[in-house]
Amino acid sequence: MRSKLALDAGLVRSCRAAAARVAAQVAEATAGRSSVAVERTVARMLGVDGVDPHDVPLPNALVDHVAELDGLPRGVAAWVGNAMVATERTAAEVAAAVGAGELSLGELPWAEREPIERAIADAHAATIAAMRARCAERDALRERLGEQARPHRYVLTATGNVYEDRDHALAVAEAGGDIIAVIRSTAQSLLDFVPFGPTTEGYGGTFATQANFRIMREALDEWSRANGRYVRLSSFCSGLCMPEIAAMGAAEGLDNMVNDALYGILYRDLNIQRTMIDQRVSRAVNGRFGIVINTGEDNYLRTADAIDAAPSVVASQFINYFLARDCGVPDAQIAIGNSFEIAPSVENGLLYEWAHAQLTRELFPECPVKYMPPTKHMDGNLFMTHACDTLFNLITVATDQEIQTIGIPTEGIFTPHIHDRVLGMECSNYVFTAARSLADEIEFKPDGFIVRRAHEVLREAHAMLEEIVEIGLFAALERATFGDVSRTLEGGRGADGIFDVASDYLNPLAGAVEAPAGV
Amino acid sequence: MSSVAQRASLDAVRPYGDHLDDGLVQLSFTLPVDHGPLAREAALALVRDKMGLIKPEIVHAKPLTPGYTYFVLFAQCQHAVDCDRLAAVRTATRAMSEEEVDAFVAERLGRPIVVIGASTGTDTHSVGIDSILNLKGFDGRHGLEAYHWFRAHNLGSQVPNTALLAKAFDVEADAILVSQTVTQQGLHLHNLTELVELVEAEGKRRDLLLVCGGPRITDELAKELGFDAGFSKGTYPNDVAAFIAQELAARERPPVDAAAPEL
Repeated sequence: MRSKLALDAGLVRSCRAAAARVAAQVAEATAGRSSVAVERTVARMLGVDGVDPHDVPLPNALVDHVAELDGLPRGVAAWVGNAMVATERTAAEVAAAVGAGELSLGELPWAEREPIERAIADAHAATIAAMRARCAERDALRERLGEQARPHRYVLTATGNVYEDRDHALAVAEAGGDIIAVIRSTAQSLLDFVPFGPTTEGYGGTFATQANFRIMREALDEWSRANGRYVRLSSFCSGLCMPEIAAMGAAEGLDNMVNDALYGILYRDLNIQRTMIDQRVSRAVNGRFGIVINTGEDNYLRTADAIDAAPSVVASQFINYFLARDCGVPDAQIAIGNSFEIAPSVENGLLYEWAHAQLTRELFPECPVKYMPPTKHMDGNLFMTHACDTLFNLITVATDQEIQTIGIPTEGIFTPHIHDRVLGMECSNYVFTAARSLADEIEFKPDGFIVRRAHEVLREAHAMLEEIVEIGLFAALERATFGDVSRTLEGGRGADGIFDVASDYLNPLAGAVEAPAGV
Repeated sequence: MSSVAQRASLDAVRPYGDHLDDGLVQLSFTLPVDHGPLAREAALALVRDKMGLIKPEIVHAKPLTPGYTYFVLFAQCQHAVDCDRLAAVRTATRAMSEEEVDAFVAERLGRPIVVIGASTGTDTHSVGIDSILNLKGFDGRHGLEAYHWFRAHNLGSQVPNTALLAKAFDVEADAILVSQTVTQQGLHLHNLTELVELVEAEGKRRDLLLVCGGPRITDELAKELGFDAGFSKGTYPNDVAAFIAQELAARERPPVDAAAPEL
């Protein structure tokens, strides 16, 4: 991709080098530690699922049981593996027996290490094989049916009832939508467990459960086959169950996941270290199973000024990108977030947006950059919102964004009604069709507003990254570098779920808690 | 020269399109019926026979997915309201700028006003409370944190009512501001009612101004729930500040002649 903005390649390299160092510092700071969410993910990857007689999810029942034995530093896998050897049960049966109160893992004598490791490796391999098969099926269907030209339209449903969401998703597919994301019930990110089974009651969204994933994916598979076009499904790997949801998504063949490294820290007040540990495993799973992850820098511009905070968005994009790369996620699966949030009253606001969006596009040439619609200044005048969305659609197509969260006229009033999304899609369809090749036609004036603004943002982002390397990401978060939100290392939710691993820690998810090579 | 509107009578007010009393309204809705003549007739019958509108006209109909059809209609409303008989719902707060509020508090109260705010319950959105309280404010107007005579504490989002109240007592707040952005199935009502109940249970209702805000909040609803005021979209920090300042002033030193407030 040729740079239309004539960016300073040396400066871009320097930004990348700084962000890579920041990511390495984070990995080093969290190496040798795991979390209860990571251990529950291990349980799921050994085939544990379902609930105990009190409706507690079995991965929680199991991990809580091991925690009561002060056994987490060895890894939940060691305890399960030992019980598998001692009782000749599967991991799922061990968890069910623990959940039912029929089995105490502390009462079993420790077997030799070798059979434990073999039992765990076999159980893990069986789950991986099933996930691989499901994802291969997904990839084959996507390949066979094909998708529409990009930008792909990413559309949210949020009724609270998975069966209503299914109908809404089909209406979106009919209107030309490419990716359906079911928004989660408000505050699910704060639950330290994943609910089980289909759900029909949620607030501001629908609970992410494995059963709900399956219901949605089955409906979309059916629609895709009947209409000869593949429609993707997305959910949210964020909050206190980040890595578990990644495992559930892989099991059900999801296509995309919102999976930001910093979002939960800033906007859900989750503990910094917990989030860094969890995002690593979560993203490693998504990367391994071909799931595209979305980052969430767009959110910064809701809580900070969209012009002033533009450099912080770019700095965060670089950091998020390298944190993802560090977990083995390839570029083609890292959808870097950016957004259209400048107040409609700003003179030349469109030119600023153009500069910012083009900058993101050029800084991450191999990534499917994702563009988010105006929200902060949308005030309930749905006709004006529709007008703003039209310009947003224009920038989306003119800067070659690859994924677009569509703008919806009723933004800021309520979670969309079934026809609101279709109105949003109609506007997006119109602009994308009418301006399909606009990006190819456009060159920017070398000393014009857009080029100068892009250079200015990059320079300031570079300065921020240099400072973050110096003080470390954790101190930068404390100084409210992103989104005007300040978080401390020890504060936030979920800190009590972190622990140091012992020398005999067992975890079949390779690379989960080690620092990357060279640190 | 008077406008047509000025010549209209306030005792029988109808919607206006382009002729006085034409009663024109626009509607849009979806029916869970397959697109076709039956769905169209259902939409017309609903508007004509059940909504009390006349001459409904479908200007746009679109199938969304099997089983659902979207309509845009225009129709005429024959009914009218008598504005003279409507109870005034909004307390008479005089509009004030940031500077005017500060001057007013300095003169009338002579002490800083302590306010505490949060987005309560499970609501993760802090955009509303941030616009009102944070220094930066919204759209060029400072939040209360910037006011000389206000001490603002913003606890952010997802704050339990109990934690908000404990902190309010801790900082000796004059007013509690609650924001509720996202709601479904009336969840925001539960959060708001719970706060009022907690304050009442502590016996502190008379010592605290309770104010709520959000896209689905109205002043009327707020009062019904036991708050002193409610603010919706289009509210700026100075509107909230003006209300709090004037209400506290009226409570601390009520005007001698209630019929002629000296504002």
